[in-house]
Amino acid sequence: MHDPEHHHDEHEHSDEENHGHHHDHGPFQKDHDTGPASAYEVLEEAIRSLLIEKGVVTAQEIAAQVDLMDSRTPALGAKVVARAWVDPVFKRRLLKDTRAALSELGIDIGTLAEFCTVENTPKVHNVIVCTLCSCYPKMLLGIPPAWYKSLAYRSRTVVDPRGVLADFGVELQKDVEVRVHDSTADLRYIVLPMRPKGTRGWTEAELARLVTRDSMIGTAIVVAPSGPAARRRTAR
Amino acid sequence: MKGAGLRVAKPAPAARFAPGDRVRVAARPALGHCRTPWYLRGKMGVVAAVHGRFRDPELLAYHKPGLPARVLYKVRFKQGDLWVRYLGAAGDQLEADIYEHWLEPAK
Repeated sequence: MHDPEHHHDEHEHSDEENHGHHHDHGPFQKDHDTGPASAYEVLEEAIRSLLIEKGVVTAQEIAAQVDLMDSRTPALGAKVVARAWVDPVFKRRLLKDTRAALSELGIDIGTLAEFCTVENTPKVHNVIVCTLCSCYPKMLLGIPPAWYKSLAYRSRTVVDPRGVLADFGVELQKDVEVRVHDSTADLRYIVLPMRPKGTRGWTEAELARLVTRDSMIGTAIVVAPSGPAARRRTAR
Repeated sequence: MKGAGLRVAKPAPAARFAPGDRVRVAARPALGHCRTPWYLRGKMGVVAAVHGRFRDPELLAYHKPGLPARVLYKVRFKQGDLWVRYLGAAGDQLEADIYEHWLEPAK
């Protein structure tokens, strides 16, 4: 982008194609360019510049961390859930030692936090929150949705979890225990949702496609498609 | 970025509490960073699990090494014990991770 030879490039990514990864060039490039910077963006830029200038981190390290986060999405968590649904022995390992079970699937959760999987059953429905900040199993699910970080979700989920779940369309019977997990310290929680009825014989990949981000936070139930969608699946 | 990990493997002295023990969260204020939420202070719960030893976040927050490490527990509370007028079901519970120095034995 700073190379005059490329002024007439038609393709946005040609710089990257010609010279390898553009992060190698040093200066950190903005992901968003949709208008004047907000106060937070200015603050972030100031702190980032200082950290780089003082040699605390390099631009390459920041870029690598952005790339790492971009590689983590709810699809990764869905893969883990589907495996647990089809493999009871894996499920036991996942519930007992989430770090080791994820490692079996080639998922490295890093060293900044431990992971814990909590299982939904017909008797217990789990939901995850972080009242103190916004702790989230990012290394498995990626960046959290904005509502997860909102003051409303964080404060109300602990005192009125059934009300919050109802807002998400999850209505639970009174005899189902609602168990809230406040991620107050060094553990990150992920919900293992219940496998939906009507999915007997489905492949792991087909099951993984049903698992939503919210179902792994606990604010949704996984449902199998019915009607035309289900028929399309069986027709495949 | 160069996180050495917050979990401290050893030495591992005996944890003060065991699963099933009734505990009370200390009802004291804290100056500065602290991972014990206000709404749990002074509340009674039961130890559900012992997570192990972790660097003390109250020291890490001020660029200290976070030692001595603290034993971290999963503590389970009845929602009915936390709120004056809980609207959900009687069986509803809440779990939070609390460091040992914030827990007292409950009679």
